[in-house]
Amino acid sequence: MTISDFPPGLVLVLGALLLPFAGRRIKPILILGLPLVTLALVSRLPNGSFAVLSILDYQLVLVRSDALSRLFAIIFSIMAFAGGLFALNQKRVLELVAAFVYAGSAIGVALAGDLISLFIFWEIMALASTLVVLSVGGDLSYRVSMRYLLVHMVGGALLMTGILVHISTSGSTTFTAMEANTLGANLILAGFLVNAAAPPLSAWLSDAYPEASYSGTVFLSAFTTKAAVYVLLRGFPGTEILVFVGIFMIFYGIIYALLENDMRRILAYSIVNQVGFMVTGIGIGTEMALNGVAAHAFTHIIYKALLLMSAGAVLYMTGKRKCTDLGGLFQSMPLTTVCGIVGALSISSFPLTSGFISKSMISQAAADESLIVIWFLLLAASAGVFLHAGIKFPWFVFFQKDSGLRPPDPPWNMRLAMILFAGLCIGLGIWPEFLYAMLPFPVAYQPYTVPHVVNMLQLLLFSGLAFFLMLPLMKRTLTITLDIDWFYRKAFPAVAFSIRDAVGNVFEVIRSGVMNGMSRFMTKVYKLHGPHGVLARTWPTGSMAFWTAVLLMAFLFLALYSAG
Amino acid sequence: MGDVVSEAGEKHWLVRPETVRLFWRGGLAVLALLVIGDFFVHGHPYFWIDGTFGFYAWYGLATCAAMVLLAKALGVFLKRKDTYYDD
Repeated sequence: MTISDFPPGLVLVLGALLLPFAGRRIKPILILGLPLVTLALVSRLPNGSFAVLSILDYQLVLVRSDALSRLFAIIFSIMAFAGGLFALNQKRVLELVAAFVYAGSAIGVALAGDLISLFIFWEIMALASTLVVLSVGGDLSYRVSMRYLLVHMVGGALLMTGILVHISTSGSTTFTAMEANTLGANLILAGFLVNAAAPPLSAWLSDAYPEASYSGTVFLSAFTTKAAVYVLLRGFPGTEILVFVGIFMIFYGIIYALLENDMRRILAYSIVNQVGFMVTGIGIGTEMALNGVAAHAFTHIIYKALLLMSAGAVLYMTGKRKCTDLGGLFQSMPLTTVCGIVGALSISSFPLTSGFISKSMISQAAADESLIVIWFLLLAASAGVFLHAGIKFPWFVFFQKDSGLRPPDPPWNMRLAMILFAGLCIGLGIWPEFLYAMLPFPVAYQPYTVPHVVNMLQLLLFSGLAFFLMLPLMKRTLTITLDIDWFYRKAFPAVAFSIRDAVGNVFEVIRSGVMNGMSRFMTKVYKLHGPHGVLARTWPTGSMAFWTAVLLMAFLFLALYSAG
Repeated sequence: MGDVVSEAGEKHWLVRPETVRLFWRGGLAVLALLVIGDFFVHGHPYFWIDGTFGFYAWYGLATCAAMVLLAKALGVFLKRKDTYYDD
């Protein structure tokens, strides 16, 4: 057994279980050390299959290492490190344990070479991420985490059924590219899509993620949806329907984020939007598109975590999360503001940021394939990203009106985590070759051409103009926006309650009928046998003597007659 | 904006009316320069229209306006008070 035979994800999963027992000095070392050990193990993995176990008749390949699986395992490890650094002052140990198990199982998914071990890590992810939300405590987080778990159990059931059907029909447990033309493959695809927050079940994401703690949401933003992107990229490249699913997700994210007031829910909707770009790219399925998807997942994890760190810092320092309560924070939180803006520019794929070098590969792939409508939609979507995340988020949180709040920047560990990821956003934007070298296919793409830079700047800055021209229309209101979750939060419970009430009413009619009959019967019995009933009176001795005399007299008469 | 006041009662320099005016002027100048840049930069349009003058500028402006209006319209039907689910 070599070191490659130890699944790197287990370092985080098992190491996390030590956290509750670690003292004040050891805990930070574990929190920062475990992800770094994982990162070292992952990045040293040679190509090939390791940690192969035989269970019953099946072979589990816990580590299948190639460029694609390593890329995701590496970014998941980096994310666990930065998330741990940001959460170093998180007092609830349960959240950190859950977050590390979650990160470790996401790495397990990325490296799993067969469907069975994939499924096992997939379900650990679902449970651990539920625990991240649940660890906040209180009635609200209990209810929201149960809704979250419910959706993921549905997804898990679809996936498990799909895997069983697939294995029994194809006889193979290997996780490799599939055609979505069998029942098994379609169920697997559906299970994957639930975790990607694809329609119709997108609402779980914006419902649950913003209810986690200031640090919990940072972890949540990275793993579930990007693990789903990885399995879709590996399992269903070039599946045409994904193009349309992705485009829907892109515009759903933009529209809902534009209507939203909660700063972290704006960013949650924008996760759906960004995953939409990736799902579209997977549907296009060319080498350029798949490279773009892998690169975009990598850069997205960094800038989205950065955005949620800056939002988390604001929440941590002010306890407020609604745009209507925030504003003017740039004065007292300059570092958080700058880092938030770097994240916002990256998600908008501004030149010299990481988003620019990744997202444009997906658009390029659409153009290469002459997908004219898709290309124009992706271009509009790029403008829309700047609108809903690039400007709206920093504007309403850090500028806008003066809320009167003057919180300082957050503690050093949170500042450091933000600086690290802001640096990575800009570093990857300036030196894309580091990321390009890690992609699954050879890259012959040059993002920095003069026309590309000028075109993107035109598109983005005119979107910015649109934002400020239409600012009166964007005034924040104390509202939420109805989504598909209305069905399982309002409609189904309402139907269930009305069924309960209807059944209850019928039961009540029967019950009261029976009870009335019973009580009428009992009244009669009572009348006769009750304490005042005819048959229950205590008769005086006189009356007994009287009746005895009557009987004796009757006896006498009978005797006389019979004698006569 | 324009009502950001620091503790001393003095507005932060970034949000004083004269600075904001400067931002608008500077911003509009950059926008104009970018559009003028189209005269000198000749990319390789993928399709036909994306190679026409100022395409990215008006397309960004128009699609953003459309998305804001669409969101506004959907909001009429889908918006609820943020206490809607609290019962």
